[in-house]
Amino acid sequence: MIVADKKPIEEIIEDLKNYSKILILGCNECVTVCEAGGKKEVGILASALRMYFLNKGKEIKIDEITLERQCDHEYLEEIRDSVDKYEAVLSLACGVGVQFVAEKYQSIPVHPGVNTCFLGVTEKRGLWTERCQACGKCMLSKTAGICPVSRCAKRLLNGPCGGSTKGKCEISKELDCAWQLIVDRLKMLGKMDDFENIIPLKDWSTDRAGGPRKVAREDVQL
Amino acid sequence: MRLNYPTNIKIIRVPCTGKVDIIHILRAFEKGADGVYAVGCMEGECHYNSGNLRARKRIEQAQKILDAIGVGGERVQMRNLSSAEGPRFAQYAVEMDELIRKLGPNPIKVAAKDKAA
Amino acid sequence: MNCKTPSKLEKILAAGHFAVTSECGPPRGSDISHIEHKANLIKNHVDAINITDNQTSVTRLCSLAACIKLKLMGLEPVLQMVTRDRNRLAIQSDILGAASFDIFNLLCLSGDHQSFGDCAQGQNVHDLDSMQLIQTARHMRDEGKFLGGADIERPPKMFVGAAANPFADPFEIRVPRLAKKIAAGVEFIQTQCIYNLDKFELWMKMARDRGLHEKVYIIAGLTPLKSAGMAKYMKNRVPGMDVPDEVVKRMSDTPKEKQSDEGIKICIESIQRLKEVEGVKGFHIMAIEWEEKVPEIVESAGLYPRPVID
Repeated sequence: MIVADKKPIEEIIEDLKNYSKILILGCNECVTVCEAGGKKEVGILASALRMYFLNKGKEIKIDEITLERQCDHEYLEEIRDSVDKYEAVLSLACGVGVQFVAEKYQSIPVHPGVNTCFLGVTEKRGLWTERCQACGKCMLSKTAGICPVSRCAKRLLNGPCGGSTKGKCEISKELDCAWQLIVDRLKMLGKMDDFENIIPLKDWSTDRAGGPRKVAREDVQL
Repeated sequence: MRLNYPTNIKIIRVPCTGKVDIIHILRAFEKGADGVYAVGCMEGECHYNSGNLRARKRIEQAQKILDAIGVGGERVQMRNLSSAEGPRFAQYAVEMDELIRKLGPNPIKVAAKDKAA
Repeated sequence: MNCKTPSKLEKILAAGHFAVTSECGPPRGSDISHIEHKANLIKNHVDAINITDNQTSVTRLCSLAACIKLKLMGLEPVLQMVTRDRNRLAIQSDILGAASFDIFNLLCLSGDHQSFGDCAQGQNVHDLDSMQLIQTARHMRDEGKFLGGADIERPPKMFVGAAANPFADPFEIRVPRLAKKIAAGVEFIQTQCIYNLDKFELWMKMARDRGLHEKVYIIAGLTPLKSAGMAKYMKNRVPGMDVPDEVVKRMSDTPKEKQSDEGIKICIESIQRLKEVEGVKGFHIMAIEWEEKVPEIVESAGLYPRPVID
């Protein structure tokens, strides 16, 4: 899923201080799971902001809506009739949702309420870690199911580097060395011979390097 | 035991402090409470294993938010006791009452009153 | 092994001599006389001089410019190049730039992570890794072509090297990884600083068991310790460095004013021992900000005078 983290409330206040009618828009998908932008977080933020502005002597109307998704037209349409009532939208969706709101409702300013971080997993409650950088050309079959692009600090396709120490990365003792994980798993799978296959220069044109990307599937388009 | 404790404290009963969410605490302040404290079982003795530990985390979160918005995080507290400790319950109530009196009224309530006036 | 490039380093190794290399870090400024000064201290005692490339991710005068300076002094530079700071476009371009000044040695590295240095908030590139940089340099030289397929007019003639760290983890892939670099086309290896000689000898044995010592020139890396504090720092703080307790103890047991002499002594003893290890073809003496000690080490280790190659 897309993992996001809460923005400091001070930053949100700074963004919103000049509005008097605000819609806080949550999203029921990824940001709900990572406890950054679901219905619950919308409620907490709305309450906190109401109190902040009231305390500053400012009457401000803050409404709360949480959509099933902000990255799909059909769900985002649900606010079409009501969105004009507001001077601004604070979207607690990932950067995708924030932008889709902006695209769809062009006359209303949209502000992000979370920092979108990465594609990752819930290791345990309160701990999310990165697994994928969406490079557009998956090579996990060559690396024992562990991604060196997202999990090696230097994205080495032929690691580990000389900084790997006791299974940890040179940049942090908290961080597993991706190539140690790859080697361990290759061993477990009895595929250590694969380690010596040189992974050739990667075609990064499907990564961010190739410019904004799209997936167009005629087979499913109407 | 017929212990006395300050009458201005309104008790809201929950099955476990783990049921208390940040939003409940914030709403209490929005509605004019001057302070909120959660009284849970002793740590390590939760019937649901970790309800009171979750409550403590949420209280800490609420404190941070209240600090950030100018209400003051000190107004929210977490306390623990066992069900047999009536005197301690009363003692916590007295302490909380003293703390809140020292801090004065909830500024949100004051601001709302000023607005209405 | 026949020589494939005009590199003096390659010629010395091919002739069967122990090669001696050293390295200089460029200055944190634009005064190139620093490099000139350091090079003059060591030029009669080494065959080639590595110029580091923004080592530990701290911004310095660029490796290529410093290599050109050495070349203009009539010396033999080894251009260190990290993949951290350049994409394949810049890499090929810099290789051509070096080749235009007849710089004949290239050391292919991935580079320390930028978080160690003075640009911790910057992006890293890592379009290629060190393995692929080796492939790229060999491709440009041997095929005379760019990665894009076009012909290179006057292809670079680089003797292609890389680093190997016998002490990093996991140990069991350290020799396979060397084999991988050889398969990628590497011709010489400069190793991480060796303090744990037993472990290094084990690594060399494992390399010999696969015949790798006959496919690549292995140059043993050494850094003389200046003090017990440095020994401890290297042991505890530098990733992938293996300083055994007895080395730390030997330095600590030495009175402070004699510690630097002891460090030099350890370095010389290590070279003496490593000379006997089959497959070790030379020594890379990295005297960090201590270049003036290189002549003494080289002479005491019996590596002086240096062979003359035409």
